[in-house]
Amino acid sequence: MTIHLSIVLFLPLATGLLGAFLPRELARWAVLAGSIAVLLYAVALLVDFDAGGGLQYVTDDRWIPELGVRYQLGVSGLNLFMIALTAIAWVPCTLVAAFREHDRPKQFFFWLALGETAVLGAFMAQDLALFIVFFDLMLIPFYFMIGGWGSGDRVRATTKFVIYTLAGSLLMLAAAVALGVLSTPDGGEISFSLAELQQRSVSEGTQHWIALLFALAFFVKAPLFPLHGWVPETYRSSPVVTIALLGGVLSKVGVYGFLAIVLPIMPEGAQHWQELFIVMAVFSILYGSILAFSQDNVRLVVAYSSIAQMGFIVLGIFALEEKGAQGALFQMLNHGLVVVPLFLIIGVIAARAGGNESLSALGGMAFRAPVLATLFLIVAFATLAMPGSANFVGELLVLFGTFEHNLVYGLVASVGVVLAAIYTIRVFQRTMHNRPGPAVESREIDGLNLAAVAPLVAVIVALGVYPHFVVHRTERATAAAIAQAHGAGQEVAGR
Amino acid sequence: MTLPLAEIQAPVIDYKELSPLMATVGGSIVVLMVGLLRGRFVQTIAVPALTKISLVAAMGLTIWIWEPGVRKPILEGSLTVDTLALGIAMLVYVAGLVCVGLSWRAPAPREAGHGEYHSMLLGSISGMVLLAQASDLITVFVGIELLSIPLYVLCATELRRRTSLEAGLKYLVIGSVGSATLLYGLALIYGATGAMQFDSIHAALASDQLPVSDPLLLTGIGLIVTGLAFKASVAPFHQWTPDVYQGAPTPITTFMAVATKAAAFAIALRLLDDALGLAQLDWGPALAALATATIVIGNVGALAQRSLKRLLAWSSVAQAGYLLAGVVVGSTLGLQATVFYLAVYLLMNVAAFAVVVARERVSEHGDDLASFENLGQTQPWLAWPMTIAMLSLAGVPATAGFIGKFYLIDAAVAGDYAWLGIVIVLGAVVSFAYYLRVVAVMWMGGYEVELPAVPPRTVRPVSGWSPVADLRAQPEVAAIAILFAAATIVFGVWPDPLFDAARDVGTAISGLR
Repeated sequence: MTIHLSIVLFLPLATGLLGAFLPRELARWAVLAGSIAVLLYAVALLVDFDAGGGLQYVTDDRWIPELGVRYQLGVSGLNLFMIALTAIAWVPCTLVAAFREHDRPKQFFFWLALGETAVLGAFMAQDLALFIVFFDLMLIPFYFMIGGWGSGDRVRATTKFVIYTLAGSLLMLAAAVALGVLSTPDGGEISFSLAELQQRSVSEGTQHWIALLFALAFFVKAPLFPLHGWVPETYRSSPVVTIALLGGVLSKVGVYGFLAIVLPIMPEGAQHWQELFIVMAVFSILYGSILAFSQDNVRLVVAYSSIAQMGFIVLGIFALEEKGAQGALFQMLNHGLVVVPLFLIIGVIAARAGGNESLSALGGMAFRAPVLATLFLIVAFATLAMPGSANFVGELLVLFGTFEHNLVYGLVASVGVVLAAIYTIRVFQRTMHNRPGPAVESREIDGLNLAAVAPLVAVIVALGVYPHFVVHRTERATAAAIAQAHGAGQEVAGR
Repeated sequence: MTLPLAEIQAPVIDYKELSPLMATVGGSIVVLMVGLLRGRFVQTIAVPALTKISLVAAMGLTIWIWEPGVRKPILEGSLTVDTLALGIAMLVYVAGLVCVGLSWRAPAPREAGHGEYHSMLLGSISGMVLLAQASDLITVFVGIELLSIPLYVLCATELRRRTSLEAGLKYLVIGSVGSATLLYGLALIYGATGAMQFDSIHAALASDQLPVSDPLLLTGIGLIVTGLAFKASVAPFHQWTPDVYQGAPTPITTFMAVATKAAAFAIALRLLDDALGLAQLDWGPALAALATATIVIGNVGALAQRSLKRLLAWSSVAQAGYLLAGVVVGSTLGLQATVFYLAVYLLMNVAAFAVVVARERVSEHGDDLASFENLGQTQPWLAWPMTIAMLSLAGVPATAGFIGKFYLIDAAVAGDYAWLGIVIVLGAVVSFAYYLRVVAVMWMGGYEVELPAVPPRTVRPVSGWSPVADLRAQPEVAAIAILFAAATIVFGVWPDPLFDAARDVGTAISGLR
């Protein structure tokens, strides 16, 4: 079966542009149709993907020959499930948005569609410069969506978000150019192709600073402590749909960059900063968990818990052990799959409490809404990595990897698992049980949100039952991604 | 006694190579003469049309003589026709056409006289083309003066607005200081090398007699760079820029922002890379320091601006800093990147300024941020070009500005100035704060800008004939904005044509790294 990635990639943008020329009320359906078509393509990809093969469905064309930038797309075990996650996450979010009254709907859905194209592009790109193009492009739709349709001090929040993220990603641009130029052998052509860069090498000292600049960009995006300054305001002011995508999908692009770019191309650089990054990751786990426990705003609980979860993922990657990386990639998928329904459920809950999202004003919602409560409970259990959930498998693999690397970090990270249980249960109890809040109206989840959330919950349950589906398709790619960095680590240890 | 005429050798004039310059100079004279005729048709239709014809003819002739890899010294070597000169000339012609388009039905030509206004515009364009072709020290100075003097006048053509007159005077005083500095520098170079022509200067440096660390030579280079820095608004010689950009009629500001910069960078490239290329190790680091200062000052200065014209002025200072990076490295890649960025800079700035023209004609807030509030709802056809221009100036992917920055960083890193690449990037991060503010004002309704509020004032809309005339004056301005914004996107996604042109231009100066 041939699947043209370019079609998948630009389909959302095409529908967004089409929507701009359609009558006002039709734009949303065009974009929704586009995102569903992408999901169908993604399912076809999952079915058709050859677990034993390397890079597949490759598109490779010249784009800017003078700068050595190629239009190179491909699917490997590393990005297969990230593409799938993007496709799965965008459909319910577009669906929920489509049934809501919007000001300027054409614009909103155009940005939503452009966002999907940009994220897919970042995941599919097999050329470093192309990756950065899409990585930076992602910001623009989210800037407009948060600033145009958010609440509260939204312009300030979105500007802060953009500048934080850009500070990282533009430095990454400079680092990438330096990497391309410095790795060009004498008389050779400059190239940014990931496969080509992996063959070429730059000196160890150069790798150090280049890897650091890349890491900066990815850590801001993830976000990781202490580069999370944009998080509270942005999460508070965003529309629910936008923040679901931002927390669920966009945050994964950063950590994906470690696996796809930093570890294979700059193994010595990764090795050099390993301890620093692990310490940052462990700090993030503790800091995120503790803050998540003390927040009153439901959104911020999820925001800070995400910092902790991203800490886990980075920890798994930088343990530089196969199991850890495997767990990290799996956990990227799992976390995306729980955060999107979590935010959609928060939207439902807030709608029942007159728009109030503070825990102290909520409560007692499960009383007349058993289906809502059940869905929420499943998602909550997945979030806290209950045995039987896919998250449990992911976290376990991460911890295995960490223990293999260093016992102390493993022990500290294990505390994070316990803390996750505490803050997740707290949110569930305060919203669903307890005495009903003053403005709370207990009402069953409506058909629209059920249609958006239920399929996601079904995917979560399915992955919990059959995690092998993911592990089988990704293990070769993750092993290959960390092989060199792992080898570099052994060398240093041997000396 | 009769003069032995046969013994006087007139210089051979290659009319073919000279033809574009003749088109604009000739056009300038014709337009001035036609402008003497009375009659509304002549003044408002014929004069701009003739100006446009002259510019289009010059463009056609330029394409006709475009020949990559060939340098033709003409007029006894005082001018060189090569792709660098012609490429820059094309940018200047486009800027000229835009200026004519934006000036149509604007107050400035009406007050100053249509014939005079357009004639001076063509005169300034001729000066820029001459400067881009100059290959001896005298011609450099003639070119600089020919481009500057009409501009001093043009800045003051809105005779009934005090700020316009002030801008003209300010530009005259500061521009003269710049010219004087430049002239002094040219004299010192001549003193050090004993040569006027760039080829001879290059030869003198290549020979053993003149060490590149010769103090006379270095002082000369320093003064020349200072003089050109005034023209290109490079910090710390940029102080006139915000005032003059704000005070001058906006069509002239548009022209000045893009064309003067292009001409100044053309001669900087030719002088430094070609004539003084062997001394690159000496002037490179100093110029890099200048670039850093320019990027920092420009971006920080722009942060606190409410007036769009001032904001764009400060942003043009910052952009001059980015452009300098391409000069600093003294390589073919740097040359190409600089010219590429100049072209991109033209596209995005014209789009932005055209929107400013459109707004200040009708809004009582003039060019203040307040007159752009909710533009996304009320006039999306203006808000979109402005948004694209702002995002491109900031360097967002899928716009030409991103590729231009990429190219400059590439050149900087390849020329062992990786740190300058990082400075460019950090400058760009800061710049997002003010570019995005403009975008937010247009699209994110009800947003209060956190800047000191301006005292309440009502600016008379610039054109001020009647509301009907104001609205009628919009279509061509909006069309220019949309056209250039579209080009910004197209070249951001498919930059091949610009790269081809830049590669041709790169062949102009040989022997670079």
